[in-house]
Amino acid sequence: MEFEAVIGLEVHAQLATESKIFCACSTGFGAPPNENTCPVCTGMPGVLPVLNRKAVEFAIRTAVATSCRVQNRSVFARKNYFYPDLPKAYQISQYELPLAVSGHIDIERNGTTRRIGITRIHLEEDAGKLVHAGAFAGAQTSLADLNRCSVPLMEIVSEPDIRTPEEGGAYLRRLRDILVYLEVCDGNMEEGSFRCDANVSVRPRGQKEFGTKAELKNMNSFRNVEKALEHEIRRQIEVIEDGGAVVQETRLWDADAGVTVPMRGKEEAHDYRYFPDPDLLPLHIDEAWVEELRKTIPELPGEKIARLASRYGIPRYDAELLSSSRLLADFFEAAADAFGGNPKVTANECIQWKDAIVAGRMSPETIAHVVEDRETGTISATASKTLVEAAIGTGKPVRQIRDEKGLTQISDAGALEAIVDKVIAGNPKEVESYRAGKTGLLSFFVGQIMKETRGKANPRMVQEVLKAKLG
Amino acid sequence: MAITREEVLHVARLARLALSSDEADRMREQLGDILAYIRQLDRLDTSEVVPTSHAVETGTPYRDDSVHPFGEKEEILKNAPDREDDFFRVPRIIED
Ligand SMILES: [Zn+2]
Repeated sequence: MEFEAVIGLEVHAQLATESKIFCACSTGFGAPPNENTCPVCTGMPGVLPVLNRKAVEFAIRTAVATSCRVQNRSVFARKNYFYPDLPKAYQISQYELPLAVSGHIDIERNGTTRRIGITRIHLEEDAGKLVHAGAFAGAQTSLADLNRCSVPLMEIVSEPDIRTPEEGGAYLRRLRDILVYLEVCDGNMEEGSFRCDANVSVRPRGQKEFGTKAELKNMNSFRNVEKALEHEIRRQIEVIEDGGAVVQETRLWDADAGVTVPMRGKEEAHDYRYFPDPDLLPLHIDEAWVEELRKTIPELPGEKIARLASRYGIPRYDAELLSSSRLLADFFEAAADAFGGNPKVTANECIQWKDAIVAGRMSPETIAHVVEDRETGTISATASKTLVEAAIGTGKPVRQIRDEKGLTQISDAGALEAIVDKVIAGNPKEVESYRAGKTGLLSFFVGQIMKETRGKANPRMVQEVLKAKLG
Repeated sequence: MAITREEVLHVARLARLALSSDEADRMREQLGDILAYIRQLDRLDTSEVVPTSHAVETGTPYRDDSVHPFGEKEEILKNAPDREDDFFRVPRIIED
């Protein structure tokens, strides 16, 4: 029997605000333990949360960028549970009435576009962090650092529209890129500011009903999400083929072992007793605010990829690599516009030097000038690399370095012909053999000319001139 | 329909309340009375009424996104029953 997977992804994105969602504590990473706490985020009696306007703006902009409908009224609720990283014993989240609903993200794979639905986007607060004093075995206590308590999170829930691990990875990367383009989240998965849980089930191809799903957690890179999905799909199919039934449960991805394992402990029936938080009035968002924010949406990754590919005639794959960062794409356009030559070469150079470009250590002219010099034959590909490295290292204009180091190559036909004549005259025996059919000797002549010019001759021209002269 | 004793014990457990047998009985009675009182609403047709989550509907106020450190970590930490350096010390949480 052939099976297909049904996958839905839940992303928690940390919003890039300065302060927390309901109090004025810093969201800064790496502060000393409990430095960024106050009576509000540690749940002292009598305090009141006040909503951070920027967090709402960020969520609205994300909703607009993913074609969601922003609801003019949404409600914060309390999700009640006891855990030592949660001092209030409830998390403020949105439950029945989220901030936005019914959107989608288009992903392109192998030339076809797939539309992945977005069920909802809502705001909530993060919990604190437990440090397990695991250094000494048998420790009876854990240590709580509440700096992360009330850091703003945005949860983005997809429809169960994803069918393969690759599609899941493509959706996640595109979503991450959109958030980074919008500058609402730094998108760092390893540091936990972009986290993903997955709901996975399998069913015989053609069947309408969903199978029993498992929830996957603990995947902290895009690659791990894909691997965990792959493994979990295979596991569920094997369970069914062996005559068993998939159990609804939460499973953790063990990256080292490459398997998902059932999460133990916390499985006690979740009964969160959600109810509207009496401390927070309903969130009213009028159409005018949404429209005002709509104007701040930049060109998004999907649009940028399509435009770069069509405007510059570069392969779609290159356009995707360039659009992985807004800064890189802007840099490419500046370099390609500064020099009208082959944008494909400019694109390759930008991709090759991506790290230095994104780190702001290079100007578009550097790439534009080496690409132009290569196309005119003024410098070789090897010199081009040396020059870019030197430009990054010294900050000097690349053409100044070229002239200082004498890295131009001889592309002047007249000058080359004179050298070629000299080499031909100096090696009569080889010329005779070549003309007798030993054409492999061509590289011998090229080598002699390179020696004569100390490597500065334009190799392509040398070949042309040589072939003409040797006839 | 009155609330069952099992439901009372379940809710108590979720709230980390230890109820004696007598207390559980008393709670069942009192919670039953409260539910019966609320149930008077069943006499009205509320199918077209949006559930009221708050008594006022002015919309929530906002604060600007600026940092004002509380600056008195000691004041926060001293409320804790136990601490280690600047951490709150809590019963060990077992995780895989
Ligand atoms: Zn705070």
